[in-house]
Order: sequence, then C-alpha cells, then structure tokens
Amino acid sequence: MKKTIITVVGKDTVGIIAKVCTYLANNQVNVEDISQTIVQGYFNMMMIVDTERLEKSYSDMVTDLENLGNEIGVKIRCQREEIFTNMHRI
Amino acid sequence: MINIFEVNETNKMIEQEKLDVRTITLGISLLDCADSNLDSLNKKIYSKITTLAKNLVSTGKEIEREYGIPIVNTRISVTPISLIAGQACKTPENFVSVAKTLDKAAYDMGVNFLGGYSAIVSKGMTPADENLIRSIPMALSSTEWVCSSVNIGSTKTGINMDAVKLMGTIVKETAEATKENNSFGCTKLVIFCNAPDDNPFMAGAFHGVSEADAVINVGVSGPGVVKHALEGVRGQDFEVLCETVKKTAFKVTRAGQLVAQAASERLNIPFGIVDLSLAPTPSVGDSVAEILEEMGLESVGAPGTTAALALLNDQVKKGGVMASSFVGGLSGAFIPVSEDQGMIDAVNRGALTLEKLEAMTCVCSVGLDMIAIPGSTPASTISGIIADEAAIGMINQKTTAVRLIPVIGKEVGDMVEFGGLLGHAPVQQVNKFGCSDFINRGGRIPPPIHSFRN
Repeated sequence: MKKTIITVVGKDTVGIIAKVCTYLANNQVNVEDISQTIVQGYFNMMMIVDTERLEKSYSDMVTDLENLGNEIGVKIRCQREEIFTNMHRI
Repeated sequence: MINIFEVNETNKMIEQEKLDVRTITLGISLLDCADSNLDSLNKKIYSKITTLAKNLVSTGKEIEREYGIPIVNTRISVTPISLIAGQACKTPENFVSVAKTLDKAAYDMGVNFLGGYSAIVSKGMTPADENLIRSIPMALSSTEWVCSSVNIGSTKTGINMDAVKLMGTIVKETAEATKENNSFGCTKLVIFCNAPDDNPFMAGAFHGVSEADAVINVGVSGPGVVKHALEGVRGQDFEVLCETVKKTAFKVTRAGQLVAQAASERLNIPFGIVDLSLAPTPSVGDSVAEILEEMGLESVGAPGTTAALALLNDQVKKGGVMASSFVGGLSGAFIPVSEDQGMIDAVNRGALTLEKLEAMTCVCSVGLDMIAIPGSTPASTISGIIADEAAIGMINQKTTAVRLIPVIGKEVGDMVEFGGLLGHAPVQQVNKFGCSDFINRGGRIPPPIHSFRN
C-alpha cells in the first residue's frame, strides 16, 4: 500500500473537503483517515490516502492538487508518508 | 499512526525554518577510464559520467516533489583526476583539457558542481600531481562547474610543506586568473588536511579510491530548524540545550537518510553516507552564527563562541548518528563567512576576526571557509595560514580545510559579491607580519606521535 499524506491549510470556506475528495475519487485515490481542526478561522486538515491505484503520475497529482488549492484559496500539499514516519518514529 | 501535529511540525521545518537536503552527490570512480591517449581519456571520462548521471537530476526532482522536501543541489564527484590522467597528461595544459571535459559533462547533466579535479599529496607529489596542481588556476578560470581540492597533509603522514608552499602561489594565481570576477576561482578551490573520501559537499568533494564504482552520498542541513528549536529553551541550562540540539539533529538526519535511500533505489546505485551537517546559506534564518547567538552570545566572535560551537558540533553528531547507519563526510557545523549572514554581520561589526575563526576551526567540522582577504596578501602568508590550519587538523585527527579568496584589487573593509549560495563577504584583515622564511624551508612536517597507532 502506498500511503500519502495530504494537508490542506487555509481560510475556512464551504466545500473544501468536498472538492478535494471529489478529485481523489475521480483519480482512484482512497481516503483512509481524515482529521481536521479549525483554529482561529483557519482550516487545517490532514488526510491519509492510498495512492496504489492512482493512474496518473504522482507528480501530476501533486500539481493538480496544488492547482485545486489555488482555486479554493487554500494550500494543499501532498507528500509520501515516509517523510513523516522517518522523522518522528524510531 | 501519524498525527496532524507531527505533519505540521515537519512542514513548518521545511517551509519556515528552511530544512533541506543540501545535496545529493553521485560519486563516480574514473579509475577504469585511465588511458595513455588524451583524446580517448577525455572520451571515456565523458561517457562514464554521462551514462551514470543520466537520471540524477530528474530523480532528485522527483524525490523532492514526492516528499515535499527541497533538494537544493545535485552534484557529481569523481576520482581525483591526478590519479587517472597522469598517463595521458604530461603538462598542465593537458590537464586543463580534462577539466573542460568534466565541465561539459557537468553542464550536460545539469548538475550544480562537479568535484574531483584534485590531487592527494599529503606525503609527496608525483609529476602528475604537480602538473595538476599547476594547472588549477587555468582550469578554474576556464571552466564553470569544476571544483578542485588538494589534500596536503594528514595525521598519518604529516604535512607536505612543499605542497603548502606551492598552494599559496596557486591560490594567488587563481585569484589573478579570475580577477574580473572578484577572484571567483578561489571559491572553487579547497586545501585539505585529512580529507575524507566520501564528502558530498563542494568544493572539496571527490570520489575516494576506497569507494565503490558509483555511490550516492547525501548532505542534509537545517541551521534554521536548530535555531528555532533553541528559541523554545531560552535561558535553560546546557543539558536542556544539548538535548534539544540532539533531538532536532536526529529528525533532520532522518529526512536525509530517507532521501538517500530513495535516490539510491531509484538510480540503482549503492547508498554511501549521510553527511549530517549544519551548512548555512546567505538567506536570513539559515545561519549557524544565529544558532550560536541564540545560545546567549551577543555576537559570534565573542568569548564563549568556541565553546558554543564545540557543543553544537558534538550534539549534531550525537543526534545524527542514530538516525543513519552510515554517517560520514564532514558531519558537523560549517562556519563559512560569505555563506552565512550572521557571520558576515559579525565580521562587519568587528566581532569576528580571522584569528577567532581559526580558533573555531579546532572544533567545527571543516575549517577556514569562504573568507575574503586583501588581494595584496603575499603567497607565503596564504601558505602560512594553510600550514596553521593543516596543523590543527593533523594534531587533532580531524579534517580541516582552507578556502581563502584573496580578492585582487580589494582591501580590508570592501565588500565582495560572489552570488547565489556563495553569498558575499567583507574583505578581512590578515596579520601583516610575514612567514616566508618558514614556508621556504620546504620538506615535510613529520606526523605527530599519536599517529603511531596500529
């Protein structure tokens, strides 16, 4: 399983999760976990997704999500899980 | 399970505190390229480098994109050229043609630098070594990406004072040859004592003869991350301070280890070492000097600076060692002047002198690095500085290096701009008293008594 962490940070607005999830569903990316907080009007979400069945290249997905973020006015980042597990787990 | 706070911490380190993988360096052995014909030597070198490094830059970009961590440089290091080109190169001009081949290969592969235009003369010089050294000014002024280094001493062999004397002249000639460009050539020339075989950092990187055919070395860096972590423990005792640096160094190094493994797998080239270093850049918030000041110094250069640097260096290594199975290179804190805004400021305010920098090199990871001095400095004085620095390395069994830039036409107080990662530096005062009789003795300084461990 190839896990990826997607983070979405920015000013809260209606439909952020819907738009991100629609993109993921359209590209065969399965969402496994979502955690989300709103701090002082700022939306802060982390998703753990499985990109095993992703058809396009990883880099294209990163670009698409960045563009989608720009449309909604939030910052969407997409990183393979290992960077976090390696840094924070012994 | 990963949680949102850890994810945010990592991304804050990357975005705000400038955590990065400073360099992925592909080391390539050119030993099998040796040839007595200059043309075919050049062809073999070009073809080996371009075959192995074909996907280097694109793989770096790919990893950067997938993990979201910046990879600042991709570089190549090769076997010291004096070892493989001696058969074909009978004159310094012959060697320059090899330098141009390396330059072309570096350009075609899209890497930032290619290191290994080097000679290892810690005990003595072969004619090939000497020809290569004499070609350095010409080679560095007629190429753009080639970096050169010369190892003039080691704890085991002592210091080759003939080479030290020669290097003083070579540094001056290189400065002259590139004087239109602020003596830029000298930024690509390092003189080492105890040079490691597996260092991914330029300008001193070369692929040592003890290495495999090709190997991936990675250098990580994050002075900003350490500085930020220390801001959180202001006023607390040294135990807390050390613990904080150690934990931060661990995280930083783990990121490097991950990138190193990914690069190694994708390029199908064995992983060598992670060099866990704090290497500054001229941008604000990416400075080793700022870490030292955060520890409580009014300015770098003030009393206490050497102690602060010593503990920083040690904790960085302690934290990093557990994060990677193979740690090597020049691991520790770098203290270049021009590449570190905090250092530049300290020199400008008169707090940091060449002598204090020398004292700091006893405990830092490398040595006198990227220091601009007046262009009128005599070659023998430069040799004297090299000898001092080499002696520190030899006696203390550590790597030391000198990268001085005698900027032709500039005097103390002038500013010199090198651009990009190399930054800018104020021209610093050098001791006016000469040492030419000392340098002119020639010969070799014998190794210290503690070199007899076997």
